[in-house]
Amino acid sequence: MRDDTTPGPATKGKPLVQVEGLKMYFPVFTGLFRRHTGDVKAVDDVSFTLMEGETLGLVGESGCGKSTVGRALLRLYEPTAGKVVIDGVDVAHLDAEALRRKRPTMQMVFQDPQASLNPRMTLADIIGEPLNEHTNWNADKKLARIYELMDAVGLNRRFANRYPHEFSGGQRQRIGIARALALNPKFIVCDEPIAALDVSIQAQVVNLLEDLQEKFGLTYLFISHDLSMVKHIADRVAVMYLGRIAELSPRDALYARPLHPYAEALLSAVPEPDPSRAARKERIILKGDVPSPANPPKGCNFCTRCPKVFDRCRVEKPVLREVEPGRHVACHLYSESAGPTGQSEAKEHNQQGVMQ
Amino acid sequence: MPDGADAVLDVKGLKTVFRTRGGEVHAVNSVSFHLRPGELLGVVGESGSGKSVTMMSLIGLLPSPPADVRAGEVLLKGVDILKSTPEELRAIRGARIGFVFQDPMTSLNPVFTVGNQIMEPLKRHMGLKGKAAEDRATELLELVGIPDARKRLKSYPHQFSGGMRQRVMIAIALACDPEVLIADEPTTALDVTIQAQILELVHELRRKLGMAIIWITHDLGVIAEIADRVMVMYGGQIVEQAPVRELFGNPHHPYTRALLKTIPKLGDERDERLQIIEGQPPILTAEPSACPFRARCAHAFDRCERENPLRRPIDGQPLGRGHDVACHWNPEGADA
Repeated sequence: MRDDTTPGPATKGKPLVQVEGLKMYFPVFTGLFRRHTGDVKAVDDVSFTLMEGETLGLVGESGCGKSTVGRALLRLYEPTAGKVVIDGVDVAHLDAEALRRKRPTMQMVFQDPQASLNPRMTLADIIGEPLNEHTNWNADKKLARIYELMDAVGLNRRFANRYPHEFSGGQRQRIGIARALALNPKFIVCDEPIAALDVSIQAQVVNLLEDLQEKFGLTYLFISHDLSMVKHIADRVAVMYLGRIAELSPRDALYARPLHPYAEALLSAVPEPDPSRAARKERIILKGDVPSPANPPKGCNFCTRCPKVFDRCRVEKPVLREVEPGRHVACHLYSESAGPTGQSEAKEHNQQGVMQ
Repeated sequence: MPDGADAVLDVKGLKTVFRTRGGEVHAVNSVSFHLRPGELLGVVGESGSGKSVTMMSLIGLLPSPPADVRAGEVLLKGVDILKSTPEELRAIRGARIGFVFQDPMTSLNPVFTVGNQIMEPLKRHMGLKGKAAEDRATELLELVGIPDARKRLKSYPHQFSGGMRQRVMIAIALACDPEVLIADEPTTALDVTIQAQILELVHELRRKLGMAIIWITHDLGVIAEIADRVMVMYGGQIVEQAPVRELFGNPHHPYTRALLKTIPKLGDERDERLQIIEGQPPILTAEPSACPFRARCAHAFDRCERENPLRRPIDGQPLGRGHDVACHWNPEGADA
């Protein structure tokens, strides 16, 4: 069924994260005997590859499964099916102890810095906790590392003994980032890291994330619904709809000419902060709402709202395949014009990944 | 405002203070603006800039204590509604001024049907009963684009999606043909494709009904799309006010300029680093005697420390008519 390619770019180093056929179903139990009567297919057969030092943007509307992908990658959920190879190890099938030892390479920055920091721990406790858990360093060494991390994210060392409530939203997000960096991870899932922040603060956090990426060679999965910010930070972008990837393309190509009708509608819906450009803009208004992931439509998930729908869309699920070099689209509109082009030859090109 | 004569709503020198255990917080400081018939006034600012509190104070929606509307006049068609009794205010709210709030889930009552909630203002303010109220409610739901309207009157809020709920909220706000509609971040909780639907709906409703709207948001993209005129708020006061194209094309206040630069645009070609505004918005524990933006301002000089700038017109038009700004700094030959 699935194309044998796992989409990857040709311009970056070696693949760091390879996701194949990831499925995350949440069971639905109903009735007196709590019988298993169905599943919410939050993530349904998602595959992609992240190159070392790359930022992959994952965009989509609420409920499309983008956060679930991020959590399932880090085994914060037990995936229903699929492989998640991070730095050579399939974390989807690791046992508990091996997974614990693997954790330092993969970390997460959460959306709500208020909820993801323990209000009863000081800043030093919070940033130092991963060190307690994964190292046997003495107190001095730990404190030195905590100070180093605070410098890296731009927090004043004097704040080490303060509590989260004493900080503003942007500073709290810096604490969350420092904690994620504590164990020198290679891969960080940023789950809507700026959604809870004010516009003037968002830019500070995004610039920080970019600086850290450059400094430590980090690889990001940047989950967001803010398409303008994703355009700024990501190298490639995956657009999700109802648990599946609709399009995965290099950033510039996607924003210049989206191929999937959903990606096109999504981009056209973003309000432009420029009145003269806004007036000229052709807008595609989608009809209706997103169907429930517990009962997705037969055929293409987008067929109920797609302005370009035709008969085949209602019976057959389109497969994500490469329709142009580096561009992967799951849509029947493109299935005749370009056949599957086989492997994306990521490994043959070994150019240095250049940041932004 | 000197030229408030033709305005539907004319607000003069509004001040709102919250009394808290930690002392007073001056959330709104001498805010004056007006709203002309049929106009859409956008209000932008970050959280804590006082944009919502300003609008809540206008119509007595803030609990007192802790809130205290200390000074100012709010003239609705020439009559000061700050002086009205709670009874009179209740007659104004819903009937003459409608609101739409940010979160459609928490602002609808989950235990009553949508029809019940739309008919409530109709019964209360317009004296409609039974069939007549139901017909009007159906008409309203159709107006905001909810299919199968008569049947949907019997549905409960949880049976609607987020975008549909916001449509219901708009229907309730429009129920009594208000003269002014205040929308407080009405699309912030919605997804972009749903937001696009709502913005389209507002365009259409304005064409059909021609009411005056105040639209509060932090999203400059939304403002650019729908507003006629924009007020930028910072630290509880209006720092810049201009017609929408003028504001985006020729921003004057350093805060507005910085704000416009911090957001990446979809249409931009190159992704250089984002401009940032260092520091944090101020906490207003006292009535500001200096410019609230001075600590974060790249152009601040000694005068900004000494006195809080008053709004002054910069295009020769009377204050409130054209482009005005509250800033001491004069960009000499600066292009926007």
